[in-house]
Amino acid sequence: MHELSVAHAVVSTVVDALPSPPPRVLGIRVRVGELSGIVPRALEFAYDVAAQDTPLADAALVIEVSPVVIDCPACGPQQLASTHDFRCPVCGTPCGAVIGGKELEILDVTLDDTCVSEDMVEVSA
Amino acid sequence: MTARIVELRKGVLEKNDLLAAGLRAQFADVDVRVSNWVSSPGTGKTALLELLLARAVERGIVAAALVGDCATDNDAQRLARSGAPVRQIVTEGMCHLEADMIGEHLSGWDLRALDLLVIENVGNLVCPSSYDLGEDVRVALLSVTEGEDKPVKYPQLFHSSDVVVVTKTDLAAAVEWDRDAALAAVAAVNPDATVVETSARTGAGIDDLLDLLSTRTPHLQEAP
Ligand SMILES: [Zn+2]
Repeated sequence: MHELSVAHAVVSTVVDALPSPPPRVLGIRVRVGELSGIVPRALEFAYDVAAQDTPLADAALVIEVSPVVIDCPACGPQQLASTHDFRCPVCGTPCGAVIGGKELEILDVTLDDTCVSEDMVEVSA
Repeated sequence: MTARIVELRKGVLEKNDLLAAGLRAQFADVDVRVSNWVSSPGTGKTALLELLLARAVERGIVAAALVGDCATDNDAQRLARSGAPVRQIVTEGMCHLEADMIGEHLSGWDLRALDLLVIENVGNLVCPSSYDLGEDVRVALLSVTEGEDKPVKYPQLFHSSDVVVVTKTDLAAAVEWDRDAALAAVAAVNPDATVVETSARTGAGIDDLLDLLSTRTPHLQEAP
């Protein structure tokens, strides 16, 4: 499974975005589309392994699953109930134009602000 | 303790996507068509590719292949019999190819001389679907021995593929392959897919597939 490579990518992307010295990270939120090829439970498991010995070691991972949305030529954006029936739920037209559901992105990071300011005090002292 | 939420909005596979976009621009620049073949083990992918490369040589189409393999180089040796240049990418247990591996393994090859480059991905229907390799066309293979519902079981891959190649059609009668059900399953997850039915034993469909992959058709030109 490639969830471990994806989990390492999640961790390194967040770590690279942190200021130096890294503040304590309390949590991160990741959006995983139903068409991303990622199994949320497998990613959770792999994340715990990938986060060890990094500034994310104590950071809880929250996965937000986003559904498949097609852009029906007649009805506009429509959410699909399943990933194996690409027909507009309103008019029944087959439609492969996907505008949502492939996401694999980090939404935000929750930092311990007290920790950040303490670090800053130490640096300036 | 106060918590502060910082918005990041970064694609997890951004590095791979950027490298893939660079490869795609490089391929377009030298005018080589690139396809990324994905299937489960046992679909007859290597046999089909061997025949396709040999047919390309016969027809004067300059083709080459990059073969992703976990450990052995059996596939690469077999494919080299076709007369086309073949290189192996040993993934050392990794279940998919990534764009940086493609870039590394192209060094020293004169891409300008090529008409067609086939990337044979690692035999796996799940993991390769997340990784863009800079290809023009993603090809999913489906053998008649696998069951007609495979596209519905692996919608991520079949949805993201431009071409679905049915393999081993010479065995269709023997395994009671339900062609209509299979085509319906493909259409259910990917209404825009082009389906090509092939047999490496009889050679059926090979020229059609070669034409499709070595010519830039308007439908397949759209970005994936
Ligand atoms: Zn509609």
